Amino acid sequence: MAKQDLDINIHNVTRVEGHGNIVVNVKNGVLETCDLEITESPRLFEAMLVGRPWQDAVHITSRICGICSAGHTTASLRAMENAIEVTPSEQTVLLRRLMLHGEHLQSHYLHVFFLAVPDCLGVGSVIPLAGTHPEVVKMALRLKRLGNDICHTVGGRHINPISLRVGGFTKLPAEDELAQLRERLQASLADAATTVELVTTLKLPRFERDMEFMAIHEPGKYPIYQGTSLKGSKAGEVDEQDYRKLIHEYVVLHSHAKHCKTDHESYMVGSLARFNINYDGLRTESKGAAAAMGLEPGCTNSYLNNVAQVVECVEFTLDGIDIIDALLERGLDQDDVVSASMGSVNWRPGQGAAAVEVPRGTLVHDYTVGGDGLITAANLIIPTNMNLNNIEADMRKLVPEILDKPKDDIALALEMLVRAYDPCISCATHLLQVDFVG
Amino acid sequence: MKPRIGIFSFTCCEGCSLAILECEDQLLDIVGAVDIVNFREGMTEKSEDVDIAFVDGSLSTHHDVDEMKRIRGFSKVVVAIGACAHTGGVNAMKNDLDLAAAKRLVYGEQSEHFDSIPARPLSAEVKVDYALPGCPMDRTEFLRLVKEVLMGKEFRLPDYPVCVECRTKGTVCLWEQGLDCMGVVARAGCGAICPSFNDPCEACRGFVDDPNTQAHEEVLQKAGKTVPEIMHRYTRYNAFKPEQVQ
Repeated sequence: MAKQDLDINIHNVTRVEGHGNIVVNVKNGVLETCDLEITESPRLFEAMLVGRPWQDAVHITSRICGICSAGHTTASLRAMENAIEVTPSEQTVLLRRLMLHGEHLQSHYLHVFFLAVPDCLGVGSVIPLAGTHPEVVKMALRLKRLGNDICHTVGGRHINPISLRVGGFTKLPAEDELAQLRERLQASLADAATTVELVTTLKLPRFERDMEFMAIHEPGKYPIYQGTSLKGSKAGEVDEQDYRKLIHEYVVLHSHAKHCKTDHESYMVGSLARFNINYDGLRTESKGAAAAMGLEPGCTNSYLNNVAQVVECVEFTLDGIDIIDALLERGLDQDDVVSASMGSVNWRPGQGAAAVEVPRGTLVHDYTVGGDGLITAANLIIPTNMNLNNIEADMRKLVPEILDKPKDDIALALEMLVRAYDPCISCATHLLQVDFVG
Repeated sequence: MKPRIGIFSFTCCEGCSLAILECEDQLLDIVGAVDIVNFREGMTEKSEDVDIAFVDGSLSTHHDVDEMKRIRGFSKVVVAIGACAHTGGVNAMKNDLDLAAAKRLVYGEQSEHFDSIPARPLSAEVKVDYALPGCPMDRTEFLRLVKEVLMGKEFRLPDYPVCVECRTKGTVCLWEQGLDCMGVVARAGCGAICPSFNDPCEACRGFVDDPNTQAHEEVLQKAGKTVPEIMHRYTRYNAFKPEQVQ
């Protein structure tokens, strides 16, 4: 018999980045509250950027998040280059894409092995797995380390990259360093295959909800650095500069982080969204990995976001190899560097935005720069903000469906749901321009 | 008995907690030598019987302050990891803003519901035994602290400027490239990593105990710059002032 009353209050959900509580109340069989409370302290990043020189944006915004540091760096650089009309060289773009792949690999493998898989194996963390599945844990660390090393080689460091600037890099890697990374990426494909096999043995919860997905898009490709449009699976496509036509943010009282919706409803961003929107652009090997793990395009089971992350690991490993091959074939132009002060960059005042795919989904940075070179406005829309609304909508559908289960099982199902989105809560909590909607 | 370790986060990007997970090669050794009893980001189990608490983030709400005092209460040793915990970090840049106005801008009429006080380092509210500075903290320094504390040794931070590490590395001084660099007064221990990428030091590790500010101003003058001109970079990680804490 289904429960009539249920109170679940999970304070500080574990194995997610940042602080959030799950609060669910059912009274007399009716779902009254179903909230993901974001308790992370507001950071006020946009306010801190206003009045600072445009050159400051990249190093400040990378500090929004440790895991998506390279992602923020990338979005910041592209948005600023759009705002002040600077075009980076092809070599710079290839290196930035490689760096972004490094971060995706590091983040996805971290998430799958350290944050999500423990639930499937009935343990509270990866630590006991070091005793029971030592080879798996060593493999996870090896894969994660490679993602990190890509960022170290290309940008100086993963957490808060050093050498990336508007217009290029302050220092370039050496060609033999890139060649070594290529060898390691190639070798990691065996580990990726083992990861795929491991995932096929895991029992992931079943869940379905018709939902909207959003990602940057380019026909026939699987873009993460830059698309030809920003696409909602139902809402349609816009140019990234017109992101406000698709994405509307608003304040909710139980959350320090804003929620987002399209005109109609909540939507999901992240690996599963990218997989659904850009499936045609995946390489054959990646599609094969998806099929092996039972993931089909059009999937609306949020729990399978973890599986989509593994598909992306295959895809980004292969794309990383191709990028390095392209760089080595061209030969690195060691003169294609910028000064750290960017003093010789030709810039004009203006406003510009960019949408980039970081591990957790679409990230938008938007800057306005005045004639004196100072930032007059900044808007940052974080993928986890976009997912918060969707998570709550999922919870509202899920809870009634599992109300007959023991309370601990319900709590675990909700935690696993939140974890599946791989939320980055520190990112989601900062100052935004607010449009009160409705 | 293995030391019981807790890892806690306040207002921050959690990059320093992540830096611990990025000690990939040593992680299994660490896990073998200690009991990690509390790590919200990485595990479900929790405990409040803690020998060494590693804490990242600055304190920027009343709740943060109360929680930090609680952690201080049940931990034998408290280590501030990273610039936010050590100096207030980038979060303290908001302290010069009109906080009430900023909150109203964000949250409108509901701004009273959201708590925000000037961001402060842990040491502004509780006794801190050790600090691992930097943005992010340096992995090698973290491992050195873990080893030395496990061996019962006294852990000390270097008290000489980043310039020394640049020289050791053979990096050509960035002042020669026309860039102004805070390595003259910043605390070493990072291996002068940023200058090695032609990126000037911004003192994310804070200053040495007795910084040679006079020498620094002289070098700036020679380069045709003044401190006010570059103040925005100087306050990146060191914006906190004790008078901001009421």
